[in-house]
Order: sequence, then C-alpha cells, then structure tokens
Amino acid sequence: MSTTTTNAPGAGAPGKRKAPAGEKVADWADGRLGIYTLAKANMRKIFPDHWSFMLGEIALYSFIIIILTGVYLTLFFTPSMGEIEYHGSYVPMHGVVMSEAYASTLDISFDVRGGLLIRQIHHWGALIFIAAMLMHMMRVFFTGAFRKPRELNWMFGFLLLILGMFTGLTGYSLPDDLLSGTGIRFMHGAILSTPVVGTYVAMFLFGGEFPGHDIIPRFFAIHVLLLPGIMLGLLTAHLILVFYHKHTQWAGPGKTNKNVVGMPLLPVYMAKAGGFFFLVFGVIAMIAATFTINPIWVLGPYRPDQVSTNAQPDWYMGFPEGLIRFMPGWEINIWGHTLVMGVFIPLMLLPVVLTAIAVYPFVESWVTGDKREHHILDRPRNVPTRTGFGAAWIAAYLVLLIGGGNDVVAQFFHLSINAITWFVRIGFFVVPVLTFIITKRICLGLQRKDREKVLHGRESGIIKRLPHGEFIEVHEPLAQEDLHTLTAHEQYRPTEIGPDTDEHGVRRKVGPVEKLRARLSKGYYGEDAQIAKPTAEEYKEITSGHGHH
Amino acid sequence: MSSETGSHGTGSDEIVPENEKLPGEHGHQGHSVAVLDEDPFADPGLPPHEHRVQDIDERAARRSERTVALLFTVSMLATVAFIASYVAFPIDKIVYVWPLGHVSALNLSLGLSLGMALFCIGAAAVHWARTLMSDVEIADERHPIEAEPEVKQKVLADFRQGAEESQLGRRKLVRHTMLGALTLLPLSGLVLLRDLGPLPGTKMRHTAWKKGKLLINENTNEPLKPEDIVVGSLAFAKPEGLEREDHDFATEIAKAALMLVRIEPDDIKDKRSLDWSHEGILAYSKICTHVGCPVSLYEQQTHHVLCPCHQSTFDLSDGARVLFGPAGHPLPQLKISVNKDGYLEAQGDFAEPVGPAFWERG
Amino acid sequence: MKKLSARRRHPLAALVVLLFALAATGGLYTALAPADEAKADQGSSSSLAIDEGKKLYTVGCASCHGTGGKGTSDGPSLTGVGAAAVDFQVGTGRMPAQQPGAQVPKKQAKYTQAETDQLAAYIASLGPGPSVPNKEQYDPNGADLANGGELFRTNCAQCHNFTGEGGALSKGKFAPDLGDVSKKHAYEAMQTGPQNMPSFPDTVLTQKDKGDVIAYLKTVNSDEAETPGGYKLGGFGPVSEGLFGWVFGLGSLVAVAIWVAARTAKAKKS
Repeated sequence: MSTTTTNAPGAGAPGKRKAPAGEKVADWADGRLGIYTLAKANMRKIFPDHWSFMLGEIALYSFIIIILTGVYLTLFFTPSMGEIEYHGSYVPMHGVVMSEAYASTLDISFDVRGGLLIRQIHHWGALIFIAAMLMHMMRVFFTGAFRKPRELNWMFGFLLLILGMFTGLTGYSLPDDLLSGTGIRFMHGAILSTPVVGTYVAMFLFGGEFPGHDIIPRFFAIHVLLLPGIMLGLLTAHLILVFYHKHTQWAGPGKTNKNVVGMPLLPVYMAKAGGFFFLVFGVIAMIAATFTINPIWVLGPYRPDQVSTNAQPDWYMGFPEGLIRFMPGWEINIWGHTLVMGVFIPLMLLPVVLTAIAVYPFVESWVTGDKREHHILDRPRNVPTRTGFGAAWIAAYLVLLIGGGNDVVAQFFHLSINAITWFVRIGFFVVPVLTFIITKRICLGLQRKDREKVLHGRESGIIKRLPHGEFIEVHEPLAQEDLHTLTAHEQYRPTEIGPDTDEHGVRRKVGPVEKLRARLSKGYYGEDAQIAKPTAEEYKEITSGHGHH
Repeated sequence: MSSETGSHGTGSDEIVPENEKLPGEHGHQGHSVAVLDEDPFADPGLPPHEHRVQDIDERAARRSERTVALLFTVSMLATVAFIASYVAFPIDKIVYVWPLGHVSALNLSLGLSLGMALFCIGAAAVHWARTLMSDVEIADERHPIEAEPEVKQKVLADFRQGAEESQLGRRKLVRHTMLGALTLLPLSGLVLLRDLGPLPGTKMRHTAWKKGKLLINENTNEPLKPEDIVVGSLAFAKPEGLEREDHDFATEIAKAALMLVRIEPDDIKDKRSLDWSHEGILAYSKICTHVGCPVSLYEQQTHHVLCPCHQSTFDLSDGARVLFGPAGHPLPQLKISVNKDGYLEAQGDFAEPVGPAFWERG
Repeated sequence: MKKLSARRRHPLAALVVLLFALAATGGLYTALAPADEAKADQGSSSSLAIDEGKKLYTVGCASCHGTGGKGTSDGPSLTGVGAAAVDFQVGTGRMPAQQPGAQVPKKQAKYTQAETDQLAAYIASLGPGPSVPNKEQYDPNGADLANGGELFRTNCAQCHNFTGEGGALSKGKFAPDLGDVSKKHAYEAMQTGPQNMPSFPDTVLTQKDKGDVIAYLKTVNSDEAETPGGYKLGGFGPVSEGLFGWVFGLGSLVAVAIWVAARTAKAKKS
C-alpha cells in the first residue's frame, strides 16, 4: 500500500532517495501513458455506499464471468451442423445421429472434467446477468438517476440489455438440442412473417431452407464475436460515464447536488468492489455446482419433427413469448399475399414494450422542461406518476411472463391453459392500468405519512393521559437530519398554458403539442399527483405552539 | 412554463412563479418574502464521524485481522480441494446427495470448492474494507459538466476556422462527390451478402411427398398399412426414401413430417377431409402453421391436436380447423390411399405450403 | 349456516338430502363391499374369475359403463378394450372415477390386484382386446436406451415433456407426470391409450420399442435417475430455471450486496 507518495519522482529530486521498484514501474508507465494525471483524478474517487448501487456491479461481474467461461467453452465446442453418430460417455445417446454442435456439448458435459461446471456457470451467469441488468435498470428508473446528465448512459445501458437478450438467445441456440432447435424454428417462423422481405431474409440467414447447415456456425460468430464485441464497447463507455459523472446519491445530511459523499476508490471501494466480484463469482459457482441448468443430454439432439412440451426460451425472452402466445391467429390474404398478423404484431410489439421504458427519460424531461443537472436521487414515492408508470410497465412485463409460461402455470396450478391465455389477453391491457392507479395511491399515501412525520414527529407508542382525562400518544420530534432528508426533494408545479392572449391583447396560438404537455404536466404535478411537502412556516406554526396537538 | 419550489436552503417554499420564469431558476429569487431567521429543514451537514469498535479497540481490530486471514486461508484450502477433486473423482462418478439427488461427484466438488475459494476471497476483502480500512466518509465536489462559456466560444471559433480552411462549404463539387462516394461505398458490402443463401423460388411450396410414395412409420421404418392404424392411435410417418443419415434429412423432414390418426368416418365433419382420408385415416402435416413447431399433442377423444410451443389447437375431425391460439390457418392435409399391395401411399404432394405462413404464400 | 337453515324448507330440500344420503351409502358400499368379497376367491379358475369379475363390475362399474359393458352416456363402452385397459384404469385408481371433470386423475387404487384381475378377465370376455403385458414385455433385458430415447422424443415428449414430467393439454386436461408410473402401467397406457392419450398399438410402436421407451423413461425419470448437474428443479426447463435464477440467484447476490454496502456497527458511546 505504499505506491502513493507525495515525493516527486526520482528524476525531479536527484540524490534524495532511491525510488522503490513499484515507483519506477509507475514512472515508466507515466512517461508513456500519463497515469499520474489519471490517478490524481480517480484514485481517491468517491463512491457512495448503498446496496442498490451494486446491482449494476452484479451485472458487470456476471458479464466478466460469462466471458471467462465462454472462452473456455469455445475451446471444446464445435459450431457445426455436420451430422455424426455419437459414441461418447453418455450411454443413452449411443449410436444416435446428431450434429457436431450437440455432440461436442455432450462431450463438454461428460468427457471434459469440469466442463459441465463451466457450462452451468456460463448459463446461470447469463440468466443472472440479464436479471441484474433489468433490476439495475429498474433501480435507475425508480430513483430518477436517468435525469440529466445521465440520459445517454441510460441509453447505453438499455442497448446493453437488448444486446444481452440477443446474445443470450443466440447462445441458447448453439447446443442444437431439441429445446434450442425449437427456439430457432420459432425465429425462422417469426422472420417469415415479416411482410415483403421475410422469406428472403429467412433464406439468407439460414443459408437456404430451415434448418439447413449454416445457422449454428452463423449464430456462433454472432454469439461469441459480434454481439459481445459491441457490448464490451458499450460497457466501457457506460463505465467511463459513471466515473465521469460521479455516482448519484440519496438525499441526506451533508449531501447536496454539488457533492458526492462516500468512500474513496482506494482503498475501500476497491476492496469492496473487487471483493464483490469474487463473491458474485463464488455464489454463481456454487449454484452451478448444485443446480442443473439446461440438461441438454435429456433434451436430445434437434430434429425438426420432434418436440417436447415446456418448450420455452430462457426467461429474458419470456415476455416476447407471452406476446406470441396470447395473440389470436389473425391472418390476412390479399392479392395473393399473406399478412401473418398473428406473428407479426407480437413481433412488432416487442420493440414497443422495450421502447416504452427506454424513451421515458426524454418524455419526462420534456414534460418538466427541467434543464439542470440532477445528482440527488428521488425517492420513488415522491414521484408518483413516474413510479406508477414503472410499476405498470413491470406489471405488463410480468403478465407477459405468465403468458410465456402458460403451460407450466397451467400444469403447476391445475388450471386451464385456455383460461390463462384469456387472462393474459385481457390482463395485458387491464393489469398495468390498475397497477398504475394503485401504485400512485400508495405513493401519495406515503407522502402524506412523510408530511405527517415532519410536522408532528414520530409516533413513540407512549400513551399519556392529560389532566382532563384525554389520552394522547406522545409524538417525538424528528432530528434535524431526518427533517432535512424528508423535505429535501423538489416539487414541480404543473406547466400553465397561460392566457390565450398575450400582453398586447393579441390572440396567442396554443398548439396541440403545448396542450398535451400542459395536460401531462398536470397529471404529473397537479393537485392529485403530489402532496405538498411541509413548509417551514407550517412546521413553525405547529411546533412553536403548544407541546401537543 | 414550469417551475419548481423547494430549495430547502431558504425555506421559502410554495412561491408562485412568474409566468415567464425559466425552469432552471429558483422560485425565491427576485421575491421579497420575509426571510425566516432559521430554517428547520436546513441541511445540518455531514454528521460527525463515529468510531467502530475496531477503531478504538485494538483487540477487536486484531480479531478482524484474524477473520480476514482465516477467510483467505480457507480460500487457499478450497483451491487445494479443487485440484484434489479434479484428480481424485472420475468424471462419471455419481453420488447421492440429499436433497440434490444422484449428482456428479466431480461437478459438485469442483463447483463447491471453486465457489468457496472465490467467495472467501471476496468475503475477506469486504470484511477487511468494512472493519479495518478507514470508514470516514469523504465529500467530493462535483463540477458542472457543461463547459465554461469561454471554452465553448474558443471551440466554436476553432471549428469555424477549421471548417473554413477545409473549404468544404465553398467547394460544392468536392462536397457532393464526397458524399456520393461515401454513400455508394457500403453497397459493395451489401452485395457481398448476396451469397448468404439462395433465393426462395418455389422451394417452400414443395415437400418430399409425391404420388405413390409410401408412408413410412417413423418408429419402425416400415411402410404403414391401413390396419396398422386403429381408431384412437397416433402414428408419425415420413416419405419413402428419406433416411435419417441423408445429408438433407433435417431440411426435408422439416416440411414432410406427417401425423396419422384414424377417426370414425361418421365423426369426420369436413367433407374434403373425409375424401382425402383412407377409411377415416387422416394424414396431416405435423408442422404447425403458426411458426413451425411439430404439433402432435393429440387428444384422441376430442380429436384436438395442440401445439406445445404456443398452444394453437386444431380440430382434426374438422379439417384441422384452428380452434384456439395464434395459428392463422388449418394444418395442410395430405391426400392418401392404398396401393395394390395394401400399403398406404400419398396421392401427391401437399396442396398448399406446409408450416408457417409467409408473404408469398397467398 | 343461517342461509342453510333458511333453505331447509325449500321444496327441493328433501331431494337434495336424499341424493346426499344415496351418494354416501353408495360410496361406502363401493369402498367396503368389494374388499370383503376378495378374500373368497383366491386361486379361482378363469371362468370363476370372470364370474367374480362380473359381480364386481355390476356393483362398481355398471352404473356408468352399463350392464355388460355396453356403455351409457356417463361412460364409454368397454367391449374390446381388453384386460390391459382394465388393469391400467383400475390399477392406477383412475377407475372408478370420483367426479366428472376435464380428466380423471390417478388416485389410491380401490381394488386389490386380485380383484382387478377378475374385473379384467370379465371385460376381456366381452370382446377381444389387448391382454395384460408380462414382465418380459414391459421390463425386457438388454433394452436399447438410445432407441428408447429417440422413440420417447418422437412419440411421448410432446405431451409428457423431455423426461416425462408431464405437461398441460387444452382446457384443463393434462399429460401426467410419469415419474412414479410402474413399468407395467406405462406399457398398458401406450397399448390402450387411456382417456385422451392416443394409443400406440404394436403395429405403430412394437413390443420391443415399448420396452425400450420404458427403460429410457426410468433412466431419466425415477428415484434412481441421475442428474449429474445437480438438483433438477422439477425438470420443467427454462421456466423453473428462470424463476430460480431470479429468486435464489439474484436474490442471494442482492443479500450479499446488502452486506457489502451496509455500515459497519459503530462502537457504543459510553
């Protein structure tokens, strides 16, 4: 821990002392990379501590774990659809004709020592990676951490989520087992549904008719090279921006929009973040040791005329699966052409669902017209409309997940699959609306509770009897820190369109966009959308009076 | 115009903003509201640092040190255990471990030891950071990200000068041809993608079925006779001459896979369907018309067949009409009859493309 | 309770009570009566077995399936279903059925094996049908696991899942979990096609093939089945894996994160 020193390096102060070896290396690097300047700004960089700030780290570390284990898997995996007869260690597959991709995955599982473990770490890591990204995104969403100056980083993160989903999808397809082959079959059908170009795109992507012999090698290149390459670039940009913007923080004593309070990168955060990498890796390794994931040996090699029930994609593709499953079978034939609405509409709804959440920061900043930087996080309750929208989005997502797993739900709870599908068809539209309304009410209730607490203090649970016989509960006043924290948030007021004549009495034109903005603003910040936080005057009036109320 | 209140520094909340106020401006500026002597909600500043036990009690600090060292030691032992497991356990050794079941000894031991080795390093580092490293919170100043106006002016001036010197705006011929060249260039990349695959042509309209091709039982690889298929049974057939070892088996079976059921002719509602059957033996494409999964979840009492992928339900007694789910049209039926040797044979190819619908299907 | 007592003078009340009483006595009788008779006919000849079976049938089955197995609106005709169908339906407790529904589930068998055999002998006498398989058929030596696996994936997995964990069918029907189905019953199910399951007669799936399928099924789904990767999470594929990944995987990582980010306990002020 003696690499930092305030002394000038050896050349600057000849004869004073002999520089230690580490310093010499650092000097060498500085002369070529300028590391001292870099370290000056970053070595003692401050990071605030909160568990929810570490969700992104879970995603980051599982990504690293996936890359490490993925590189190992490529050493043994053969991305080929060439057919061979299996004669490896797994007896129930002896003599079965299968693709080299599937056979090499069997070999990784049964003939490479530790291969099964690495495969399972890779797959569990992938599920957790995307789950962590989504949860990280929700954290950023509900705390308003996407506001200026972080909108671009929000978009980087969003792109990472999308790319992660598709990297996962292509990876799921590689072993060429019966489950993943069914997934590819679905992709083929989905591409075919695209009007005008679908048939051509399918032919080009698959190198001919389904399944052909090209799709696995092509997916392999996409899975191990193209998508992870782009993701690495985006991830680097994402992290550089996190450093550059400095982390957001919760409101609290001493925490302002102009500072960041926490622990320095060296040593505390480095130990915690570095240690957390090992913790994440350790947990995933132990899960992979004890819980089977994707046992391809019982799934069998892919054959286009075989299938199994429980044919689902991995969870992150569950919501598109739900969209596909709840859709009625609409097909329109006109002028000798077929519009496959039953597949194409859900295919188009997939980007709509995702874009709805991705563009939200820009919608909100347009409604507020706020151009300032924001570094203090919102408590979700203090922004009821945003919180309600996020909860509604999650509700829609969950309904679709149920739809995507409708057969398993039906089997597990002894329900009718048709009834569940109908629930999803209706629920996709109804449940988010209900969730929005309920969430907003809850937020307002919590705001009222905060207001109550600030003005009247905390309920102490002590009951006092007054001389005239009345019972009251003693309220303890809050400490200054709590008073500050509970009132630190800002409250916008709704935009006013203003009078429809200007100061000279000339009629002013109010466009529909401006009207929409005003209406949205009223929905966001009108009387029904937030509880006015206590003012100092109110507080003084109450506290300066008599001890109780 | 919107504005916001609530700058807690002054406590002058809920101030009515002027109509022309910019959103960035704070509500209280320019207003002569009586300044309160003391704001009850003012930021009290960072709370004073409190010491941990380890900061004031060296014995506690030593305990922490030992815990950290112990965790690192456990990690070392776990790595040794990992190597030992790798050497000791044969890859096919199965052990019963409650409640996991009959699991691979190697996978379990490697995973748990690797997990322990990693977890303990992490736990040691975090415990070290939490108990021994300084926990004094530090406040770091933020600086606005936007550049100072002078910087911005300088950059804009530089840019204008650079643009001027390039003469891009003045030499229109240069500009237009450059844009043209850059626009055309990616076309070569696009052209190169042409050989990714063949053009569709009529490939998707034909399958391996032809008039006179026998229906081969997928299970036994023998040609099927009508008496093989009883009411309530389910059989799968492929066209004669298509073998598992064939290079294009997968591509052909993906279109030709056939599902055979027998329904009492009186129960068959669709006239054409009955005509195309042989004494109630119906041959339907096994490939779902939604996105192409093999539908074959046959309920023999209801004559419904369900697709496991997206639950499209077809009524095989009524021309495979769609009853439920996202499929857009019925399963194509193959016209069959019996040849002179008494075997089932196809009367031709499917009359319409099998599998998922596509733009040119019509 | 108030509602109930208010309705006891309803014109239909007597009818309801009567129906309940009848159902209760009938149920008690079917549960108890056959068990007493069973002791009487150990080692009876086949014609005796048919007679005994007929008695059992008249008591326990005829109300739905009609006299002589002709079938009624409540139950299908049993002519020609064969002894195998009876052995499966009665041996797995599906028959006698308890209540109407989308599907009759399996339950504790009501009849002993000896009684089941008598019933089977009687039903077999009504018309030719598949007989109860012998051990050589359903549990052959040297079964071909790989062949069984291929056949299982072609003929069974679409409803029963890759490893026979079962799956949903339309409108509340389902393909049951095959984990605890005996080899004999599995064979009989393939042969006879109980309820909505299609049958796989020997002409479609040969006797040897059925043996292979059963051997494969028991390799991948039984108490002895090997799951090298660890606990199999129900074997339902990505849905259960995804749920586990979220709840247990991400859940435990968040728990760890809470520990990492938490403030260390401060020394008590003294």
